[in-house]
Amino acid sequence: MRWAVVLAGLLMAAAMALLSVPPGAYASAPDVPGGDQESTPYYFAGLVNFDGEPVADVTMTIEGNGFEESTVTNAEGRWRLYVPEKDTYTLTVDEETLPEGVIVDPTLLPEGIQPVAGTTASFEVSFGLTSSRVFNLFLSPGERVTTSFLDQFVERFVNGINFGLLLALAAVGVSLIFGTTGLTNFAHAEMLTFGAIVALIFGVFLHWPMWIVIPVVVAAGAALGWALDAGLWKPLRRKGLGLVQLMIVSIGLSLAARYTFQFFIGGGTYQLPGAGSPKITILGPIRLSVIDMVSMGISIVVLVAVAFWLLRTRVGKATRAISDNPGLAAASGINVDRVIRIVWILAAALAAIAGVLWAYFRPGIKWDMGMQVLLLIFAAVTLGGLGTAFGALVGAIIVGILVEISTLWIPPDLKYIGALAVLIIILLVRPQGILGRKERLG
Amino acid sequence: MDFGQIFNLSLGYLFSPVTLAYALAATGLAVHFGYAGLLNFGMAGFMAIGAYGYAISILSFGLPWWVGIIIGMIGASIFAVILGIPTLRLRADYLAIVTIAAAEIVRLLFTTQLFDEWTNSADGLGGYHADFRSANPFPPGTYGFGPWTYSADQLWVRVFGLLLLGIAVYLVWAIMRSPWGRVLKGIREDEDAVRSLGKNVFAYKMQALIIGGVFGALGGVVFALPSAVVPALYQTSLTFFIWTILLLGGAATVFGPVVGAVIFWFIMAFLDALLPAMASAGILPISSIQAAILRFILVGVALMLIVIFRPQGILGNKRELTFVK
Repeated sequence: MRWAVVLAGLLMAAAMALLSVPPGAYASAPDVPGGDQESTPYYFAGLVNFDGEPVADVTMTIEGNGFEESTVTNAEGRWRLYVPEKDTYTLTVDEETLPEGVIVDPTLLPEGIQPVAGTTASFEVSFGLTSSRVFNLFLSPGERVTTSFLDQFVERFVNGINFGLLLALAAVGVSLIFGTTGLTNFAHAEMLTFGAIVALIFGVFLHWPMWIVIPVVVAAGAALGWALDAGLWKPLRRKGLGLVQLMIVSIGLSLAARYTFQFFIGGGTYQLPGAGSPKITILGPIRLSVIDMVSMGISIVVLVAVAFWLLRTRVGKATRAISDNPGLAAASGINVDRVIRIVWILAAALAAIAGVLWAYFRPGIKWDMGMQVLLLIFAAVTLGGLGTAFGALVGAIIVGILVEISTLWIPPDLKYIGALAVLIIILLVRPQGILGRKERLG
Repeated sequence: MDFGQIFNLSLGYLFSPVTLAYALAATGLAVHFGYAGLLNFGMAGFMAIGAYGYAISILSFGLPWWVGIIIGMIGASIFAVILGIPTLRLRADYLAIVTIAAAEIVRLLFTTQLFDEWTNSADGLGGYHADFRSANPFPPGTYGFGPWTYSADQLWVRVFGLLLLGIAVYLVWAIMRSPWGRVLKGIREDEDAVRSLGKNVFAYKMQALIIGGVFGALGGVVFALPSAVVPALYQTSLTFFIWTILLLGGAATVFGPVVGAVIFWFIMAFLDALLPAMASAGILPISSIQAAILRFILVGVALMLIVIFRPQGILGNKRELTFVK
């Protein structure tokens, strides 16, 4: 039994309208192209043709941003796939459902479209100015290319390191804040989104070049960190609020900030300049775009700088001293409030950079983009050991790699489950994390 | 602007299935946080399990509606046990992170294409109402007056939800004045002291987690009864809204969650009607879509202000502090 439910007003229970579509088998072709899906304003459509004849019952899949939908071509060879937003997706033709020995002809593809490297049946597709896009695919005899398991593994692994490094930027901040103040900062997600939105304002709306935008983002993030500590957290510490209260305040702040972002930029997705740029083969199966390489470079440089700061500078040492024992640190003449202020500035600046890199990695800027990775950041921090900055780094890279590699075995819409499950399992077997010390456990 | 209509819509929410569902879930959270001191941030997961347990039992297995509700409750109990075993021995903030992660896992499992056959993935489930409505004791017709005018089906959902809420509130009142409840409050105040008296703290916490979780599942069922089950509803923000309701009414009180839910939904419905109307009348210089988002910003601000300035809530007693740790 399969029901398609059309909802009018999700929370307006009384005004709910239900419309059920007659039951039908999942793999059978709809009479009207796209009739088997919930319709949205945006769709990809087209027909599949072989020697001038339409090909029926070809399975087409669209995938991207955690969304996945598939359909089957009808008797006229036509298909239509609705997508939730105007964005870039991967369109895949299931070669098993094509006639024997036939591939999508790479020379007859629509302009600007080429197969994803290593395949003959997957294509990166995006919209033009209109809300629909037509792709007519012509088949011809040819040899199918599939990527070997090892190649896929290596490619995902490198992607995972990239993802892990950007998570680490945010996770180090969460960890430093937790170490010095004891606060589990739920609003960190919005500090990421804030960085991405600053980049959106200067890089897209004002057309500033990205090499100026990045320092602006860092400065804006630092200013935000200063403002948060000066305007909110320091007065609350003075007031003597408990840690649980502070945590719930950060949740309130997160909600307020997230919807404020939606208030200003709406529910849509924006792309930064250069997002989705072509991937270049570096070595064997490793293929990275210029953006990926710059992103990893920025992450590594910043993380090394933070490590140097923590290990070699006076303030960095003071930060670690406060993480170890705030009372003793204060007694030995460290100005705890000043160090906490610096930690907030640093953490917010790191989160802002991470936000820009996350906007490129997703890809796209959306009002709730930070919330999508918040739990992964928490997983990274817990895995490495709450309150240890280097633990957060190790944890983040493990989580990043795990998320990317797990898609080899589990469907992409479940890829975050692995990291979240790790979060729970690590608490079961080693609650202090990889680098944490046992006495941190309460 | 039509103020009569705006007030009518808002007053309708005083007695709506949504309000009842949130009140039930907040009552469950009061058992968790208010009385046992457990920082459960996975209430959305408990509600999703209740709602899906109910809907899948009916749609996929053809069970009667009341069996569906029981299955939802059993599902929530199992979820509570799985959640509690690794975390109830740990510090409070660990429990917070684990519960929020577990609720996200639950939502992702209900959203994925993998179990499409049962959950219908992102589209959600609907069309399971016939059996519940056939049990309606009210003859067809129109009931009530003014903003509270209902058809027989609408009235039956509300009466049934109110019945569940009444039972839940009575149970909370009864068990919290029993010796069991006193031990639970003792655990909230000082876990080690209670442990030194020879009580099994872990077992008490686990029982509280299960009881509150079952109330949460019932909230999910009442949420699903009149409408549909859509996975996108069970996001972390649902949990945060229920926390706002609980802290607004008073975490360690019997009627606080109900009062909180009624006030929350009255204000939310009022703003939902008022702000877009003000925007389209040109009083607010924003679009009506922005006006609809404004109320969620206010929820976040309200949550911060409540926790900072009145952590015991409207009905709470300052001496019975709920933020002892």
